[in-house]
Amino acid sequence: MEEKTNDLLKATPEQLLYARILEKGMYLGLLILFITYALYVFGIMDPYIPLDKISDYWSMNVYDYLERAEIKNGWAWLYMLKYGDFINFIGIALLAGVTIMCYAAIVPTLLKNKDTVYAIIALIEVIILSAAASGILSVGH
Amino acid sequence: MGKNGKLWMIILIGLFSLPVLISPAFADVSAEAASNGHAWWFWPIVLFFVTFIMGILAVLGGVGGGVLYVPIISGFFPFHLDFVRGTGLLVALSGALAAGPGLLKMNLASLRLAIPVALIASTCAIIGAMIGLALPTNIVQISLGVTILGICVLMLTAKKSTLPDVPKADKLSSALNICGIYQEASTGEIIDWKIHRTPLGLALFVIIGVMAGMFGLGAGWANVPVLNLLMGAPLKISVATSKFLLSITDTSAAWIYMNKGCVIPMMVVPSLVGIMLGSFVGVRLLKIAKPTFIRWMVIGILGFAGAKALSKGLGF
Repeated sequence: MEEKTNDLLKATPEQLLYARILEKGMYLGLLILFITYALYVFGIMDPYIPLDKISDYWSMNVYDYLERAEIKNGWAWLYMLKYGDFINFIGIALLAGVTIMCYAAIVPTLLKNKDTVYAIIALIEVIILSAAASGILSVGH
Repeated sequence: MGKNGKLWMIILIGLFSLPVLISPAFADVSAEAASNGHAWWFWPIVLFFVTFIMGILAVLGGVGGGVLYVPIISGFFPFHLDFVRGTGLLVALSGALAAGPGLLKMNLASLRLAIPVALIASTCAIIGAMIGLALPTNIVQISLGVTILGICVLMLTAKKSTLPDVPKADKLSSALNICGIYQEASTGEIIDWKIHRTPLGLALFVIIGVMAGMFGLGAGWANVPVLNLLMGAPLKISVATSKFLLSITDTSAAWIYMNKGCVIPMMVVPSLVGIMLGSFVGVRLLKIAKPTFIRWMVIGILGFAGAKALSKGLGF
């Protein structure tokens, strides 16, 4: 009886798997973000927008900012990774993307446990978050 | 604070202070930004120190960083609301990512409870983000002001229930097997929990998700009352699941803002580190601080920031 209670007190295997991936992704994302930010502000990598010009842009709305700075939105930052400011997006994208990996990873465990409803919900969540990440869900001005 | 903690704090503060001293732009007199009369490093450093204090207050006041960040930074800093919302979501997301793994491992955050709720909240956060980016800034600012003032009222009036009475689980939560068991650390008592009113609770997460995405706020202020008071989850489970839930809700909205271009790394990193270090200090101050006084202070600051957002939106 006591053993059964102890088992129930523990997190389920899929919850532990989710936690492990989330933890690793979070640490890796933060580490990359701090390193790339140091490369940026210490001037080790040249930024696309010069440091002394950045304050000209941050008070504009996003549409004016993109137009004046000639920056494309969406995943265009991948083509600008040679710049100190855009390399920071690697860490940011990892932090924003780790949840998708967590969800995708628990689907097989849920299916193995015949928890079909939760497996389907998790798959739908992967699709929704991936759609948001892909940039296909966009709005105009 | 341990030796390691102090070392990390020195390293991270150095990360924000050193560029000021050694960057070529610092040495250049022409680096004075024309727009507001300050050098480029002025606002990121102020942002770092303000978010550091915000992180302390957030822990002591029992609120999330995101809910303080958006109204205060959009009200008193020169950054446009588009970038503040994008950064606010990343700030709330990082806090949730940092806390999530521990809460899941301790089985205080319930994945079983979070998964259906997150599906609704994250989908609606995407819709909220799209609405927020399509509306004129002054309308969003006015709505933000009203929302923040509403949150103050909620903080003043909402009660909490450590162990709500749930006579019978509803059909939906029974079908989804949303229930659990945890041990109360202070008493050693084993607590069996289940929830009720699931359909109504899930419906409310439609509104919570839209608001989280639209204003870039973390939604802990709304998650906890719905999970705890309405659905009947124990307070500890509600708080922990709410914190974890933010990692999913804010992820979806953050992607919309990021893909739209509303992320400026110069704002994100100082904010993120400031809040995290502040939270770190805040947790240690919890032992000596007077929570009631701090909570009143947080409500006062939020009220002031909400009024400022409202007046800014109305053009006063």
